[in-house]
Order: sequence, then structure tokens, then C-alpha cells
Amino acid sequence: MGEIDDIAARKDRMAVLARADAGRLRALWSALGLDPAHRRLRGPESGLVTLRGRIGGTGEPFNMGEATVTRASVILADGAVGHAMTLGREPEKTELAAIIDALCHDRDTATRIDADLVAPIRHELATADEKRRQETAATRVDFFTMVRGED
Amino acid sequence: MQRESIVLEGGFTDPVIESQAVFRALMDAMAHPARAYRIGHHAAPSVPIAATAAAVACAVVDADTPVWLDGALAIDAVRTWLGFHTGARFANSPGEAAFALIADGAGMPALQRFAQGTEEYPDRSSTVILQLSALDGGDALAFEGPGIRTRATIAPVGLPAEFPTQWRANRARFPRGVDLILTAGDAIACLPRSARLLAGEN
Amino acid sequence: MYVAVKGGEAAIDNAHRLLADRRRGDRAVPALTLDQIAGQLALAVDRVMAEGSLYDRRLAALAVKQARGDLIEAIFLLRAYRTTLARFGYSEPLDTGAMLVERRISACHKDLPGGQLLGPTFDYTHRLLDEGLDGDASVEAGKIRAGAAEKVVRVADILADEGLIEGDGLATGDGPGDINHTPVEFPLSRAMRLQSLSRGDEGFLLALGYSTQRGYARSHPFAGEIRIGEVEVEVFLPELGFAVPVGRVQVTECQMVNQFKGSAKVPPQFTRGYGLVFGQSERKAMAMALCDRALRAEELGEDIVAPPQDQEFVISHCDNVQATGFVEHLKLPHYVDFQAELGLVRRMRAEYEARDREVAPVREAAE
Repeated sequence: MGEIDDIAARKDRMAVLARADAGRLRALWSALGLDPAHRRLRGPESGLVTLRGRIGGTGEPFNMGEATVTRASVILADGAVGHAMTLGREPEKTELAAIIDALCHDRDTATRIDADLVAPIRHELATADEKRRQETAATRVDFFTMVRGED
Repeated sequence: MQRESIVLEGGFTDPVIESQAVFRALMDAMAHPARAYRIGHHAAPSVPIAATAAAVACAVVDADTPVWLDGALAIDAVRTWLGFHTGARFANSPGEAAFALIADGAGMPALQRFAQGTEEYPDRSSTVILQLSALDGGDALAFEGPGIRTRATIAPVGLPAEFPTQWRANRARFPRGVDLILTAGDAIACLPRSARLLAGEN
Repeated sequence: MYVAVKGGEAAIDNAHRLLADRRRGDRAVPALTLDQIAGQLALAVDRVMAEGSLYDRRLAALAVKQARGDLIEAIFLLRAYRTTLARFGYSEPLDTGAMLVERRISACHKDLPGGQLLGPTFDYTHRLLDEGLDGDASVEAGKIRAGAAEKVVRVADILADEGLIEGDGLATGDGPGDINHTPVEFPLSRAMRLQSLSRGDEGFLLALGYSTQRGYARSHPFAGEIRIGEVEVEVFLPELGFAVPVGRVQVTECQMVNQFKGSAKVPPQFTRGYGLVFGQSERKAMAMALCDRALRAEELGEDIVAPPQDQEFVISHCDNVQATGFVEHLKLPHYVDFQAELGLVRRMRAEYEARDREVAPVREAAE
């Protein structure tokens, strides 16, 4: 697996962790039985990220407004460093996401975490998205043409 | 992975409290030009940047303040460390810098090469943070001006030889001009642009 | 002239205590939870996020509760909180084309890829008060329509295929300016105007947008597209060297399409106004898009004849925190100011009456 694939896998995992419900994440984490000693390199601390849009949707960027985010960076005993940034103000969840990111430098641990923690959450999030999409689909307008005039 | 961890260690352990403590000391020092203030030990960077200059940077630099590093500091490890702990972006030239970090005081660019601000917005100027070897023991410089009762004297080691001339020119550009934060050991002293260098042995 | 006045400390303390009491109201009624506010007054919370310029539903719900439902007060609270947080950086620009769409309509095209998706809308309701909501009757879940997902293509892309609509232009590469850091100097770039409008007061922008439709700026708008949904946010972290996904935000996007007769340089085509707002804020996004288009008058070579085309007028007055601050500061003591004015008016009145007395005998003599 090349470096690009590694980054894609890491981003994919981060996307799931960022959106995960804190309670659900904590429960799956406890079940894994991993609890490595770690030190904090930075945070967890809350702050702002300026959200940018693009003029017209695809043009020049503009600043739309701010969002709260929490960031954390940790280091494990073996020197592995993990980072996390999540929308909102949930320091415990964000620190846990950073610890998981650090653990996943180890390929075997990453495989285990992906299978037992990331995959179930990803599946739940995808199911919720699909339900929302289908609810929206039920409000789709089906046009039918009225017969007009004489033929 | 190992390299990454080494480069990132040594920021503030309690960012809110420590950045406020350093900022408070900076305000006092700016209000009393040429008087040394000890700030204690806050940052312990794992990269070649002096701890007190790093602590000042952690207190004042953020993603909206471009930082210029002099030749001695412009290395990846320092950029990564500052970027990680402060969110800093980096300026390509002294004239674009909100803050400049200088390790080699004697060889630093002339003060006029930094951002000077404008008559309407004199705050759009560079604040230059200098890492010096000591704040006393060098040539004595005596100042007067706002925040100084009669005169304040400081004798930093490691300023450029032509510093007195440059500083008088900086004062002459008032309200434009740069402000200096001198650091050595765990102490800081400030020279805001309002400080007038008195004629003397220099 | 401002003179410090002391006093009133006990009165202020007691007023704030009374405020807390009145906010809580009847203790026999359960207190509102933030989940209730965020969940059941969601559009009020969205407005507070949009105009407070801070995306955080829980904080916005808290602000609504603390402000007793006064949304401009809540917006003020959120803005004040926002200033206490450090800014870590900027997101990558949101990709609204990749949105998980909850609503998408177009008034320009009946049939379009992805369809007209009404979503949870007030449109087509009869605006009859529903007494059934006075209580906690059970509510049915939304209906489900299974089937493969169809890409919800942007209407602007459909029109662009014919070459009859202006493009979005290319990014210049310079970062957009930021009204939080740069003192506003006119003319403002379109990027900075959009930042102002995105957090501007809904009522003010609505009225201005309405005025453009009534003829106070040449405007023949069509709602090209309105879409509401969640988009991914990514933030570039230098220590990692790539953009990290940090979660999703809900936004409302509006593309207004306006006829344009062309100029010496530009052929006749459709031009566009753009609106992008936090949360489900459809009216605001539409008003923003109308104002954005009107403010492009100079760029498009149109005569500036009406307030919505005047940058200084629109941008300087659209922020309701600034507006309320200046209007409401009139409540603060102006005792000394007023004494000075009182003295002045008394003097002018005395001079006026003295003049009157001098004139009166002359008039009598003439009679």
C-alpha cells in the first residue's frame, strides 16, 4: 500500500470518527479493550474554523462564517503521534479520535480498529444518510401532463 | 513517525493560562520600554528556537498573522513546530510579516525593510521578536518617551552595529514604524516605536 | 460629551435577578431543555447560527433560551462568545455540489436530473393554525421512497451547457478578504460582500430584496435553484500535510438567475446572484442572492439608482448586532448631553421670544 492509499485510509477513518456520536464511539472503544498510555502534544482545545464557500458554488472562495471545532494531538509511549479535529465542542471524543489515529500507525491495530470500531459506525452513518435520502425522495414531484384542448 | 513527534513537543501545557500570562508580561513590557521582565519558563521547544521567543510566538501568533523567519530559523523543523502550536502562516519577505522571528540579531535586515504600517493604519506593521544572548552587558542604550519616567537604559548583546541609526530613523517615521520584542534567557524587554533613543556614547 | 456616572448597582443587580425569574416563568411548568430548543425550534436556532456567524447548534439553542426567544439578543450573545475563541484556521471551500440534499427545487426547469425535491417545506401548507400541535400528539415518520440514488445536478451546470449563463469565474488564488479583520473600505470585493450578507439581518435583506423586485434596481429574478442539505467540512492541517474531514454542516444555497441584456463587452445572457447561509434558512438565502445581484451593478455596467445597489448603504447597515448596538445605546444615560441641549433650546427660545416682543409693538403701530 502506497503513501497515497495510507492517507486516503486515514482520512476516511477521520471522517467517520468526526461524525460519530460520542457515546457510541466510547462504547465501541471500551469493547476493544485498548487503552494505551498517551501524552498530550496539544489540546484538546476548542476554537474556531472559518468556513469557506465559493462564489456561485464553484468560483472564488469567500469566508462564510465560523464554526466551533475541537482539536487534539497526542503521542503514545512508542512515539506514534495522532491528530484529530472535529466540529463542535467535545473534548473527550476528540482526544479519543486522536488516540485512535495514533494507534492506527500500527497496521495490525489499524485493521482491528477499522473492523470493530470504524466499520460499524460507518455503516450506521450510511444507513442514517440513506434513510434521509429516501425520505427526501418521497417528496419528489412526479409531474404528469394534463391533456389540453381538443384533439 | 519518530521525527514527527520530536518536532512537535514542547508547546504550552496549559494554553489559556500560559498565553495570558505571557501576553500580560508583554503588555507590561510594552508599557515600560527598555525594562526587562522575566516571564518564567513556558515553552520548551524541541527544535532550534529559543524558549522565550517561542513562548512569545505561542502567545501572539495565529493563523491570521504571517510570520517571517530569518535565515537561521527558516528550517522545516521550526516551521512545523510553529505551525503546529500557533497555526502560523509564513511570510516570504520581512515586508509581509506581522511578526518576525530573528535568531541572528547582528545580521538582521534593516528595520525599514519590515512592514511599517500606513498613516491610516499604523498597526499594520511588523513586530520583530529578537533572540539575543543577553539583555545586559552590551552597549548601553538610553531611551525616553511614553512609559518612561526619566530615562530607561538597557544594554542588549547581539543587536546590529548600526542599530542606533536605524532606531532613530524608525522613530522618525512615527506613527509608522516597527516595534521590537527583545528576548534573552527567560526575560523580555520591549522597544515600541514611541521610544526615543537619547544621544550618548553611541 | 461623556461623563462617568456612578450609582444604580443594586438596581442593576435586582433587575438581572428579575430577568432570570421572568425568563424561568411559572416554576410549575418544566424548563425548556436545549435539546427541545435545538430540535423543535430548529429554524430559530438556524437563524441565530447564521446571523451570529457561528455554526454550533447547542450554543445557538442556549443563546435562544438565555435571550428569552429574542433572536437578535441571541445573535448578539453568540457573536460575543465567538470573539473569545481562538481561530485555528480556514476550511477548504465547501462543495455544495456534493451535498446530501434534503430539499432542492428550481423555478426554471420542471424536469431536471435529481428532480424537484420538496423536503420538509412550509410551501403548499395552508397557513392555518394547527390546534393539534397544542399538546403532544404522536406524529408519523416521513414516508420512504426506495430506489437508487440519482445525482442532484446543479441547475447552474445545466444552464451552462447552453452557454447562456455567466460562469462562476476562476479563483484568483489570493485569499478572500475577511471583514472580521480588515476595516471595511468601499468598494468591497464580492467575496467580502458575501461574507457580510451571509451573516446580515434576514429582515433587512428581505426588505431590500423585495424592493429590487418592485423596481428599485432593475431585476427580473428567477429562483434558479435552492438546495438545502449537509456538506462535508475539511480543514488542512499543516502538521499532517493534508485536509482532514471534521464533520458536516447544514447549509442553504440559492442561485438567483437574472436576465441581462448585455453590454459592449458581454453578450446578452443570464447573470446570477448567490446566497449561502448556515442551516435551513431559505428566505434568507433568497434575499441574500437578490442583494448580491443588485450589488453587482457597477461590475455589470448598470446605473446605480436604488439603495440595494449601494454597497455602502447595504453592507454598513445589514449587520443587526451593529444596528441594535447603535439604536439601543440611546437608552443609556445621556443626562449631560441632554442638559446641554436643554440649555441651548432654552436660550434659542428666549431669543425667539425677545425678537417677537420687539416686532409686536411695531405691528400694532402699523395697525
